Amino acid sequence: MTKAVIKIERLCKDYITDAGTVPVLHDISFAVAPGEFVATMGPSGSGKSTFMNILGCLDVATSGSYFLNDRDVGHQSRDELARLRNEVIGFVFQGFNLLPRANLEDNVALPLIYRGISRSERLAQAKTMLEKVGLGKYHRSHPNQISGGQQQRVAIARALVNHPKLLLADEPTGNLDTHTSREIMALFNELNKRDGITIVLITHEPDIAAYAQRLVRLADGRVVYDGPVEQAIQAGPAA
Amino acid sequence: MMLAMLSEAWMAMWANRLRTILTMLGMVIGVAAVILMLAVGQGAQQQVQDSIASMGSNLFIILSGSTTSGGMRMGGGASPTLTVEDAQAMEELPLVAAVAPSSPGTAQLVYGPNNWSTQVIGTTPSYLAVRDWRLSSGMPFTESDIRAATRVALLGQTVAQNLFGDDNPVNKTIRIKNSPYLVLGVLAPKGQSLDGRDQDDTVLVPVTTAQRKLFGSQFAGTVRFIMAQAESADSMPQVEKSINELLRQRHRIREGMDNDFTVRNLTAMANTAADTTKIMSLMLGAIASISLLVGGIGIMNIMLVSVTERTREIGIRMAIGARGKDILLQFLLEAIIISVIGCFIGVLLGVGGAYAVGGMTGMTVVVTISSIVTAFIVAAGVGIFFGWYPARKASMMRPIEALRFQ
Repeated sequence: MTKAVIKIERLCKDYITDAGTVPVLHDISFAVAPGEFVATMGPSGSGKSTFMNILGCLDVATSGSYFLNDRDVGHQSRDELARLRNEVIGFVFQGFNLLPRANLEDNVALPLIYRGISRSERLAQAKTMLEKVGLGKYHRSHPNQISGGQQQRVAIARALVNHPKLLLADEPTGNLDTHTSREIMALFNELNKRDGITIVLITHEPDIAAYAQRLVRLADGRVVYDGPVEQAIQAGPAA
Repeated sequence: MMLAMLSEAWMAMWANRLRTILTMLGMVIGVAAVILMLAVGQGAQQQVQDSIASMGSNLFIILSGSTTSGGMRMGGGASPTLTVEDAQAMEELPLVAAVAPSSPGTAQLVYGPNNWSTQVIGTTPSYLAVRDWRLSSGMPFTESDIRAATRVALLGQTVAQNLFGDDNPVNKTIRIKNSPYLVLGVLAPKGQSLDGRDQDDTVLVPVTTAQRKLFGSQFAGTVRFIMAQAESADSMPQVEKSINELLRQRHRIREGMDNDFTVRNLTAMANTAADTTKIMSLMLGAIASISLLVGGIGIMNIMLVSVTERTREIGIRMAIGARGKDILLQFLLEAIIISVIGCFIGVLLGVGGAYAVGGMTGMTVVVTISSIVTAFIVAAGVGIFFGWYPARKASMMRPIEALRFQ
């Protein structure tokens, strides 16, 4: 039995606002085994972004437990969380979030800085990763000189540069056209199949979710569906 | 790690060149002002100290005549009551290093086609010791010249130049009031006194010669003033007291009567002048420090703007694994780089400016290593101090909030 990459039990998240406590996630239990490709869907306000932020150790749960790679995330210091984000998780954002003034190889090498790796080694690894996403020859370009699809590839290369166990993607194709979206999803598929990287992504498009094996559907902060992706897509959005 | 952070900081500063340079400018001006002001202040102090040193150290001047005499008050030097014998008696007092009776007057000097009017002081060889005055050439006159009242003279630099030009005056004969005097030596240059007189515009002759042959006092053997030097600064109060007692005794002044002489402590007066310039130089430094402080606040201001502007970048960095202290270090390094480079340029400008001011105005400027080091340390400290708060603010951000920032 392989151990779970993600194991969540009875997780709740409340936001405290001026108007009072707003519950966002209710009692979610969820586990992801190594090598799984999970898509998370749900309407706006269903709490999927909050869910993703908690998975990504950017936010902490109000109650319940979260084990990432068998480590209890709920009891980690800020520095320990940063370390987890750096070494265990690769994060891909909807808006790419590249540093505009750094060139592509510096962008990809950025996570390695916080591991104390030497500059030459950083750049070598960054170049390898850029080649892997098909942008090797653009390593000196700046983010504003390349297309959105290419920027997202750079962001994926950056997420992969530390060889994470888990790749989290928050609407990675949200800012891209259909054609480019397919290319990005093909890349995710390849990373999952060939390199065995565990992937959890958020999307609101069924054909993007169709690339995954498993679908988790959230509504009003609860898991309303958790199962194979094919059935859910066939059954339509209401399932 | 540190190196990587340095290059990250450098990159951010390079991306905002103009802003970085303007921020730096605050620092540059602050440091340059501090160094320049310290240089001018210390220069003024040095100038005063040099004048004091040129006057001689631990000095008393004893003036004849009384300032308060019965019902009528006379100015100092009004009646000639001091004598060479008084001076000789003072020399016997404990803690007195040297005593020089002085009889000054004005006379016309002639050498060849040149003539010059100057102050001629009749005195003894110990005058040179009291005033800490060396000869630049020749020999001083001796006790035997005093006894024999020989016509010999020591020329000050200004006098030598006016009478002889570039020639060597030693062993030449000049005429003072139409009598021939042999020039024994030339005094070393002393420059201006504290009150701005040219100390080199003077001629020294034996006191006896001055009294008997040159000025011819109607009170034989009297001198205008006596200069006395105490052995040390600590012994000055005691020496002053014993001089007073000795002279009262020698002049037969009864209990309750006013002195017919005045003892003045020249060194104390000089020290007051020194203290004044010290306060002035401290004030200049303090004013300049304010500009350094303003420069520091400028750094803080820009760093705060920069942190707000780069909130998203901070969020990205945190999302990919930057710890709070990594962010802190990055922003702190930016502040430190700005202040250190600014300080470096400021030091160059300040030192250059100080010498330029010195060259253009003829003021004495003193640039000390300690003032440079102090300015450097203070500036780096200002950078850390004012960079700390914005950097800390950046490091305390919550990653999701920073990422959401538009």
